[in-house]
Amino acid sequence: MITLSHYIVLGAVLFCIAVAGLFINRKNVIVLLMSIELMLLAVNMNFVAFSRFLGDVSGQVFVFFILTVAAAEAAIGLAILVLLFRNRSTINIADIDSMKG
Amino acid sequence: MNPQLFQLICFYAFGFVTVTAALSVITLRNTVHAVLALVLTFFSAACLWMLLDAEFLALALIVVYVGAVMVLFLFVVMMLDIDQEKMREGFVKFLPVGLIVAAAMLVEMLGLIGVRAMHMQVMGADPAAAAGTSNTAWLGHALYTQYLLPFEVAALILTVGVVAAVALTLRQRADARYESASQQVKVNPRDRVRLVKMAAERPVDESPVPPQESKS
Amino acid sequence: MGLSTSILLTIALAPLVGCVLAGFLGKFLGRAGSHSVTILGVAISCALSFYVLYQLTLGGAETYNQNIYTWFQIGHFNASVGFLVDRLTAMMLVVVSFVSLLVHVYTIGYMADDDGYKRFFSYISLFTFSMFMLVMSNNFMQLFFGWEAVGLVSYLLIGFWYKRPTAIFANLKAFLVNRVGDFGFLLGIAAVLYFLGTLDYATAFGSAPSLIGKTLQITAGTQWDAATVICICLFIGAMGKSAQVPLHVWLPDSMEGPTPISALIHAATMVTAGIFMVARMSPLFELSQSALSFVMVIGATTALFTGLIGIVQNDIKRVVAYSTLSQLGYMTVALGVSAYSGAVYHLMTHAFFKALLFLGAGSVIIAMHHEQDMRYMGGLRKYMPITWITMWIGSLALCGVPFFSGFYSKDAIIEAVGESHRWGSSYAYFCVMAGALVTGLYTFRQMYLTFHGKERFTVVAHHGHAHHDAHDDHHDDHGHHEPGVLEHAPKESPWVVTLPLVLLAIPSLLVGFFTVGPMLFGNWFGSAIHVDEANNVLAELGQEFHGSLAMALHGFTQLPFFLVLTAFAITTYIYLFNPAMADKIKSALKPLWTVLDRKYWVDNVYFAVFASGGVKLGRLFWKAGDTAVIDDTMVNGSVSLIHRIAATTRRLQSGYLYHYAFAMILGLILLLGGYWFFGSGPIGSGLVGQ
Repeated sequence: MITLSHYIVLGAVLFCIAVAGLFINRKNVIVLLMSIELMLLAVNMNFVAFSRFLGDVSGQVFVFFILTVAAAEAAIGLAILVLLFRNRSTINIADIDSMKG
Repeated sequence: MNPQLFQLICFYAFGFVTVTAALSVITLRNTVHAVLALVLTFFSAACLWMLLDAEFLALALIVVYVGAVMVLFLFVVMMLDIDQEKMREGFVKFLPVGLIVAAAMLVEMLGLIGVRAMHMQVMGADPAAAAGTSNTAWLGHALYTQYLLPFEVAALILTVGVVAAVALTLRQRADARYESASQQVKVNPRDRVRLVKMAAERPVDESPVPPQESKS
Repeated sequence: MGLSTSILLTIALAPLVGCVLAGFLGKFLGRAGSHSVTILGVAISCALSFYVLYQLTLGGAETYNQNIYTWFQIGHFNASVGFLVDRLTAMMLVVVSFVSLLVHVYTIGYMADDDGYKRFFSYISLFTFSMFMLVMSNNFMQLFFGWEAVGLVSYLLIGFWYKRPTAIFANLKAFLVNRVGDFGFLLGIAAVLYFLGTLDYATAFGSAPSLIGKTLQITAGTQWDAATVICICLFIGAMGKSAQVPLHVWLPDSMEGPTPISALIHAATMVTAGIFMVARMSPLFELSQSALSFVMVIGATTALFTGLIGIVQNDIKRVVAYSTLSQLGYMTVALGVSAYSGAVYHLMTHAFFKALLFLGAGSVIIAMHHEQDMRYMGGLRKYMPITWITMWIGSLALCGVPFFSGFYSKDAIIEAVGESHRWGSSYAYFCVMAGALVTGLYTFRQMYLTFHGKERFTVVAHHGHAHHDAHDDHHDDHGHHEPGVLEHAPKESPWVVTLPLVLLAIPSLLVGFFTVGPMLFGNWFGSAIHVDEANNVLAELGQEFHGSLAMALHGFTQLPFFLVLTAFAITTYIYLFNPAMADKIKSALKPLWTVLDRKYWVDNVYFAVFASGGVKLGRLFWKAGDTAVIDDTMVNGSVSLIHRIAATTRRLQSGYLYHYAFAMILGLILLLGGYWFFGSGPIGSGLVGQ
């Protein structure tokens, strides 16, 4: 039978895959954004699981808000991406180092 | 079949799909394929949530993410002309680092979470059903009472997000021609037309005779 | 009947008014106006001082002790301006105002050609005011104010001819040496405040016996007697101001100032401030035998050894300056043997005859057109008889020839030292006795070289520059003259110069004879000076005192007189009958002569150790402290440190997103690891543990 740990472990695994994705796809901004979406999914997974197992509605409410914010974030992130590509004709992170000290 | 066993099988099946799809997201060479793998990840995650009786969120995930966000991703990916090969640079080089970091993180997380204690937590009755309503009603009740203000704020954030996205990507082309309605309305006739008063002119003589006096 | 506050205020403030008027309004007053207003101020003070003395002596007035004005108040400490006028103060007032008045008058003649005429009058009036504040003070604070004020005026006046490098050097030297003394003085005042809790004389002296047995830890493990520490600190102040060895070096150099100033400040009044101060502090000094021994030994050393230097000097003013040092030594010795009234009495007589000698020397200098070297004088007797006679009177008084005023004070001091049994008194007795001989030597030598013998100068008629008003424009600049060549024959000085000489010669001659009885032996000073019974050597002498006539006649049979006689005989032989002898003796005693001519190398040591040491120390602090530590290490160092740290950490800012992400995740891993490792077990059990 399903226990809480099943979902928690699944969430942790998803999160770590997302972290690994950040590392191995260090050039592609779109994949980075997708990795972040994966991280959010992992967190949401935990929230929903806890909400269900503890019988508390707050967890699911939080997931609702996270979805909202993530949608807005994805929209703005992609907008910035488009703008970036329009101005610099690249989305390669290695070319974006104007923050270099 | 024991429904609990069925649920467990379903969990493992969807969990496997989720993890595999997530791994595909970060490893696939083609970005379009990666986006599609992410769609699959979300889809199977939604199924997992179904198992947790969170029907509203599962459907919202599909509608919002798969239907809107991922399509947006796909749209952007296809719109931008990306050199796929260049984007893969350093993939092999950083694979070990990524794996080590991810593995270390996973071990730490699992150690910290205390999987064994969680393992004792058995899924009880559906809280929504216990309250005598559906999951959607249960969640909606909480949203519209206890969390009304954050809910409104979330709406505001979405609005801001839309405005920001439009503002960021809006482009005024230098060579485009526009009509300015306000300037057209405000125009004053005197700025455009000038009425000049002048003396009437006589018709010019064909062969004018020079005055005699000028000679003398 | 008490003294009137308004009279005392007038005494103090009249010279100040004169000073302000001459100093700030000199342009409107003009020369005559300036000297009139200052002389009037000092004359008022002088007349009132005599009146005060009369009131206190014959009029039966009580000692006046009142605070007049509260300056400031800090906690229990009350700084006020007040007057303590007893007979000691009154005597000082008379001496100061009288000499000051005469110097004012004399200055009219002496400074007649000087550009700084009005400034000079303003300064000496300021000095008179400061000195009045010093002697009339009823607390240490005001005493210190007056003390520093006279020091300031002394500085201003030594450097009066501020275009002369030597004068600037001398006034700086005087000021710095006085700072050394003043530092001790300030420490002494602080110690008084610390132990006695007050700076008011009456209160402090009243509670002075409570100092007995108190100790002060200055260096670790050593307990110092509080009274000794206080007295020695105060005396160090006196050493600076009264030019005692080893702080005497400034006084001979101060002769760079105009002669009236040498007479007023560096002979008659300011340098006696130290003597006056110690006498005023007698209730404190009586508590410490060690401090008094210290005072005595310093005084005796000064009396003998500075006198010896006087023998080899050729500058007429310097001879008098060294004699001043020597006489101040005598006064200090008297203080050291608890003969305070003897010291103060000598202070008074000395003020008269030393002012006389200085003004006389100034008169000679005027006659010689600012030539001060005695080797180019001689035979001036017939040109300037008044100066000659008055100078002889002053010289005989200085040597302590019976019946002259100097005799009474000096003889009393020598006798008192002989009577004393304090530690070091036999050394002091030897010094003062030998000092009598030395005094005779340099005094008679000076007189012979100046007034007697052959004329060692030549008078040359004006050649070419008859209209060159050399001493109108460059009063101080006579260096272009050939030494010993004069343009005019020497002539007697004008009446403004000779009148003060005569007026000073009278007290030099007579004041001792008439006042020695009451002032020295008659406990005239009353409660102003406090002497323990056991230390009261003057009282012992007083038992053998049978009137001033008897004392003078007895003086003819005493050793000091024979020493003076010996000195007279030697100098008379050498300088009148066998002038070549002087050089022979000089070459015979070449090493000794060198020692004296070099002034025991005290100046050289000071220059080598303190002056150049100070420069080196300053350079060290500049290089090591200021440049290295503050500038390079702290100011520029912090900047360059930040610069270097920033240059290093700047590299961390690669600008690449994945580096920042990596850092974040690494931090997260470390945080989780730390929490896992050090925390209290898995969080899951606490979260869902029911």
